[in-house]
Amino acid sequence: MFDSFRALVKRDLLLAMRRRSDVFTVLLFFIIVVSIFPLGISFEKAILQKIAPGVVWVAALLASTLALERIFANDYADGTLEQILLTAQPLSILVFAKIFAHWLLTGLPLVLIAPLAGLQYHLSATTIGTMMVMLLIGTPILSMIGAIGAALTLGLRGGGILISLLVLPLYIPVLVYGSGAIEASMQGDVSLQPYYLLLLAFLLLALVFAPWATAASLRISVE
Amino acid sequence: MSLVVNQLQCSRGDIALFEGLSFKLIPGQLMWLEGRNGSGKTTLLRTLCGLFLYDKGRIEWQGESTVSNMDTYRQNLLYLGHQNALKHDLNPVENLQTLSRLAGKSVSEEQTDEALQLFGLAGYEETPVRKLSQGQQRRVALSRLLLSDALLWILDEPFVALDVVAVELLQSILVKHVEQGGMVILTTHQALPIAEDKMLRLCLDRYV
Repeated sequence: MFDSFRALVKRDLLLAMRRRSDVFTVLLFFIIVVSIFPLGISFEKAILQKIAPGVVWVAALLASTLALERIFANDYADGTLEQILLTAQPLSILVFAKIFAHWLLTGLPLVLIAPLAGLQYHLSATTIGTMMVMLLIGTPILSMIGAIGAALTLGLRGGGILISLLVLPLYIPVLVYGSGAIEASMQGDVSLQPYYLLLLAFLLLALVFAPWATAASLRISVE
Repeated sequence: MSLVVNQLQCSRGDIALFEGLSFKLIPGQLMWLEGRNGSGKTTLLRTLCGLFLYDKGRIEWQGESTVSNMDTYRQNLLYLGHQNALKHDLNPVENLQTLSRLAGKSVSEEQTDEALQLFGLAGYEETPVRKLSQGQQRRVALSRLLLSDALLWILDEPFVALDVVAVELLQSILVKHVEQGGMVILTTHQALPIAEDKMLRLCLDRYV
């Protein structure tokens, strides 16, 4: 079971290494969206600091939806998804492997590039730290909710847009608590614990239900 | 060790493809599935794999319904569909190893090299699959037959895109599998050099 898990993660990472542009488009999209807000609004430090949490999270949300369609679409097109469905391994474990690899390729780079965004918005080191931790907890949730949407819209025409419409409203709690925490950390003396706990609770919930729900939707979509 | 299908009925949307389909396949038998285009051959193969849900009937593996027995059934099953299930950016060895490991069996590089060599792909081990021709890609996909120890092979048009040499090779592989007590279900327009007593012919046109 874990061998299959590892094999699938390894395969997806290897494929991404052979086709690096897919990873970089998501990352560049995030950087560009974050960078154009100051151009459109203002370069004033106070204003930038005020909009930073929302902008970073909205950019992360959009960047993550951009990549969602690809989670299963390629495997579906070349028939490997059928083979994944036909193994004797629990499908939710294999689906979790797909989601994990997808997060490593699209979520984790956003976390690592976040300090750059933070500097653009004059955020302090502690606030950048909070932002990174929040993104680290939040982006896996985005990948997992997104995977359900990707599995449901698999094989439909215009699936890409449909995923965004389906998934973005579900991202709202992550956006609210994620940006709330960054804002609170700028206040200084506010406890961040409730934010961490709530986001971690979302993460656990997603971990339990998302692979299972995705597996069920895949079986329907492939039929 | 047998596959028993009882009164199977499948439909696509509102259109019934076939109904009342029954057969029994035992080890050492090959089933040749025939029917005109659109008669539901592929659907039947996918249904037997559990990829497509049937409306009525029952599919049994070793006397138990495949619904409750799905894991054991799948361990014994190898399905090759229209698509080759190969990743175009990976080379044949990586493709074969990943597919084997997904199925829960790890194969060494010697084994994959040997299988590829038999299919005339020696020297292409490191070439990305996208650079291979259609026929060569099909050969890579068929190499899985040699690496798997599945008892039941379900093959959808396995001879498509193959040249004469590869067709003969595949025929001999199928005959050997059947002689060793394996089971094969396939659709093809190619003649099969298998003794009549080992071959089951099923024509879907009769079950509409």
